[in-house]
Amino acid sequence: MKITSGGVCEPGSTLANKTGGWRNFRPVYDYDKCTKCGICEIVCPDMSISLREDDFFEYNYDYCKGCGICANECPADAIEMVLEEK
Amino acid sequence: MSKPAPKTYLAPGHRGCAGCCDALAAKFMLMGTGPNTIVVNPTGCLEVMTTPFPESAWKVPWIHSLFENGGAVASGVEAALKALGRKEGIKVIGVGGDGSTMDIGIRSLSGAFERGHDITYVCVDNEAYMNTGIQRSSGTPFDASTTTSPPGKISFGNPRPKKNMPAIMVAHGSPYVATTSIGYPRDMIKKVKKATEIEGPAYIHAHAPCPTGWGFDGSKTIEMAKLAVETCLWPMYEMENGELTQVKKVKNPKPVEEYLRAQKRFKHLFTMDGGDEEIKKIQATADWNIEFYGLQ
Repeated sequence: MKITSGGVCEPGSTLANKTGGWRNFRPVYDYDKCTKCGICEIVCPDMSISLREDDFFEYNYDYCKGCGICANECPADAIEMVLEEK
Repeated sequence: MSKPAPKTYLAPGHRGCAGCCDALAAKFMLMGTGPNTIVVNPTGCLEVMTTPFPESAWKVPWIHSLFENGGAVASGVEAALKALGRKEGIKVIGVGGDGSTMDIGIRSLSGAFERGHDITYVCVDNEAYMNTGIQRSSGTPFDASTTTSPPGKISFGNPRPKKNMPAIMVAHGSPYVATTSIGYPRDMIKKVKKATEIEGPAYIHAHAPCPTGWGFDGSKTIEMAKLAVETCLWPMYEMENGELTQVKKVKNPKPVEEYLRAQKRFKHLFTMDGGDEEIKKIQATADWNIEFYGLQ
């Protein structure tokens, strides 16, 4: 590994590290219950929830670690944590 | 749909635990500061898990300092920008954990505030040295169990109360000192934004429950942060030029027991003889907060 002068790293380069493999439980939306409030997006510590064009949200399972904060905080109970089968 | 969340400048792929409080604190902080920000980050969990060389999760200029000189490096960055005539519109923000802020780095932070540099410092307080294996810090609350303050025959855990760091920063003559919590993202974003807009050294103290260190499930990070506020163990307030200007009111405070029972670090209070008396002492702290800050 080349060590750069001053240890300089590229911004946002942790994208190379897909943390989705850490996940035990997969969050899944029930779009019938979702009220589009956006709380899940703001409380995600892994920036793995993004807004879709239709104002619903979607997961980026490449990075979601399955912590379950989104499901715990969802006021409409629209997120279910489903056991990952490998 | 409610107001969309502001853009953040922290990338996924960082190595924080599932449900990491530091990642949330950094995310909200950057939502408040926006892109024209230089971040100075002393050693700690946040630094280690966001920048495993040769990668970095930060999408803004970021520099790692030692534990003890976060305040000095932030001062230097600010002074250099001023000397170059490039300070206009650029926010210099220091962010460290409770260890690097309240223990090891307090000297250089004190210097930075005393000299009046135009910086904002955010303390992400997860109440122990989590990165090195949950050792007690001066931010650890009374009776919490850590690896260096274990409960046993002669002790109920940490024998000292939590240090009142915001009061120390107020005593420096800081124009803006605020406490916030990651359980209230909009509050934290608003306060960080306000702090960076104020001229002079501003201080934000953010309460951040750590699932790994405190012993609760990673899905409960936000819930635990809210519980600390709802039990009045973590008062949220703003102080401008030494005056208390805003307080988050708690209408019906919950008993502290509810907060303590949810965490492994306080488990011994419910199993050891005399634990009841200790819980009463913690409740007294909450009652003092209600009285002193006028939380009701």
